[in-house]
Amino acid sequence: MREPAISLHHLLGLEGVSRQDIQILLDTGFRFREVLERPIKKVPTLTGVNVVNLFFENSTRTRISFELAEKRLSAEVITFSVASSSLSKGEGLKDTVRNIHAMKMDAVVMRHPSPGAAVQLSQFVDAAVINAGDGAHEHPTQGLLDMMSLQEKFGHLEGLKVGIIGDVAHSRVARSNIFGLLTMGAEVTVCGPGHLIPPYIEDLGVGINHDVDELLTWADAVNVLRIQRERQGVGLIPSIREYRSQFGITNERLARHKKSIIILHPGPINRGVEIDSDVADGDQAIILDQVLNGVVIRMSVLYHLLGARVPQETN
Amino acid sequence: MGQQAALPKELLITGGKIYDPATGKSRREDLGVKDGRLVDPASLRPEKAQVLDATGCVVTHGFIDIHAHFREPGREDKETLVTGSQAALAGGFTRVCVMPNTDPPIDSPEGVRATLERAEGLPVRVQVIGAITKGQRGEELAELREMRAAGAVAFSDDGQPIRDGQLLKRALQYTKDLGVPVINHAEDVHLRADGVMNESALSTRLGLPGNPVEAEGAMIYRDLLLAQDTGGRVHIPHISTALGVAQVRAFKGLGLAVTAEATPHHLGLTEELMRGFNTQAKVAPPLRTEENRQAVVAGLLDGTIDCIATDHAPHTVEEKEQDMLRAPFGMIGLESAFGLVHTTLRAAGMDIEGIINLLTAGPAAVMGFDLTPLKPGSPAELVVLRPDEEWTFTREDIYSRSRNSPMLGMTFTGRVVATLTPNGWFIQS
Repeated sequence: MREPAISLHHLLGLEGVSRQDIQILLDTGFRFREVLERPIKKVPTLTGVNVVNLFFENSTRTRISFELAEKRLSAEVITFSVASSSLSKGEGLKDTVRNIHAMKMDAVVMRHPSPGAAVQLSQFVDAAVINAGDGAHEHPTQGLLDMMSLQEKFGHLEGLKVGIIGDVAHSRVARSNIFGLLTMGAEVTVCGPGHLIPPYIEDLGVGINHDVDELLTWADAVNVLRIQRERQGVGLIPSIREYRSQFGITNERLARHKKSIIILHPGPINRGVEIDSDVADGDQAIILDQVLNGVVIRMSVLYHLLGARVPQETN
Repeated sequence: MGQQAALPKELLITGGKIYDPATGKSRREDLGVKDGRLVDPASLRPEKAQVLDATGCVVTHGFIDIHAHFREPGREDKETLVTGSQAALAGGFTRVCVMPNTDPPIDSPEGVRATLERAEGLPVRVQVIGAITKGQRGEELAELREMRAAGAVAFSDDGQPIRDGQLLKRALQYTKDLGVPVINHAEDVHLRADGVMNESALSTRLGLPGNPVEAEGAMIYRDLLLAQDTGGRVHIPHISTALGVAQVRAFKGLGLAVTAEATPHHLGLTEELMRGFNTQAKVAPPLRTEENRQAVVAGLLDGTIDCIATDHAPHTVEEKEQDMLRAPFGMIGLESAFGLVHTTLRAAGMDIEGIINLLTAGPAAVMGFDLTPLKPGSPAELVVLRPDEEWTFTREDIYSRSRNSPMLGMTFTGRVVATLTPNGWFIQS
């Protein structure tokens, strides 16, 4: 297939990525959906291209999604899962850089606990860097797959009203959603406990509402962020019970609204905390569409960043 | 790029404007230097004396830095007393007070004496600030009076604030008759939390943990109250916020004998340098917004802030190559200090004499040092400045063992042409 080119060398975040580039990435993602319908779910597009997945932080879903995307494009794939403990032993970014040079990698997919790690890495390597989540900064492929899922459901992103609920302060998913959705002409309102909404977030161009019911009245779709239970221990969440009753998405809450509000969740889900099982498994949730779109949007990103780097195959 | 050597036996400095911060007066005449002392130029032997053409330059007292980290003992891979002194000399400084957060910390009279002994004969005069608490652990008072007797010029646990207000109160009561400043790192650790940059719209955008202005404001307010309560001698280090400046101004207005310093980087740079995740700009307290930077400049212009201090904080290349969360706080500042300060304060309307005062008479007054007047008989302790020279700060300008500066590549107006001390001589080539 032939697709229009994007202007990016790396995918470090969605901040600053043009509307045109985002639309191209989404459009290609939809076209890759067709590949997954084939009996043999694989194309030779990235044959001979070397991709390394570097995970300095635990992740099962994102890592598997990237690996699937890479394999379906026929790339050569190596995955390193480096536990956080070896990070603290001093395995730093510089060693990562040197290893990538030595291994002659064409692309690096990196998950790292520090904001900006992918940006720092991109300053030192020739390989295309794809940020698979850097601290609370960005998770651009998640932002893209959320937008792809919304576009699939609504047919458009322009003018869409999207709520983001939960621990926005510590969420890279929230930031990538905000940057991407605003670029595509959607409206975004964040919602959550006051201390989990970061200061000055309105400067990014979003609204703030601390009342979930008011948010649901306004929204066409809501992205429900995962609440990390360990935050309860450090005094950020007084109790799971209180969080659920104040901010949780329940069928009871959704039933108060006549319209059908679309529910997204980046996973993994804490059933019964930020979202009830009935909602997660219900008709309004598009959580499994997100998983599917996650694979194809990552194929799209790899295709666009790497397609131009290798001799073009006709396929 | 310059060179460092022994001071010529006889030197004639000719054609410059002399500004003496000890008297506040300027004059135009030649200066003679012989055997490390200022002499009548007529007493020099014309065939022997080296000549320094200072046309277009201001000749003044060498700068005094009251806040630097030379890392010896313990982290000689970052800096030593020797390399730190060379960096100071290249920056126009002739005296430096070093902070005690070494390994082990300088928290005893033996420690003070050992550092002073090692610093003998260095190009610049090194003076020692002793720790307030044993091991800088913030738990019990160190031997403050013995350290003073051994030569300590101030007390500080710099890098770590004294969290326990009662402990700092005791330190102020215990030392108030000594007449030397107690310098408390002005950050509330709970409000600072894990912040690695200023808390702002930019920190939210970058997803970096923020350190709010209130962390500094709360600690400065507490320390000002304790100064007022005890009559102790409080000096506020590296003030970085409008909130902090306003509080010092208010308490000075009430007659409190408190002093404050600002660093070149807080008066000249902003958090914008954190865009792009530049670990070289990670410093504590953090670079703030333009509004805060302007408040610091205003505090310098109206005398609320008494002096400039570099907070020269060397770190290795390897440490600063880490990610944003793990890279250490701090930047070197001696070599770039005059360039950044002069560029910024001249643009804000301050004259060269005012700028020199903030680097000489200001810090001397904070520490209770005497400034030697620029007249025959005084030890040579001079810096020659060319205020109109534009230059770009590069690796070649760094004499520190480390090179962690976000200012590399920046262009400044105003440069150190030469620095002279009885033990050292730096000349820009």
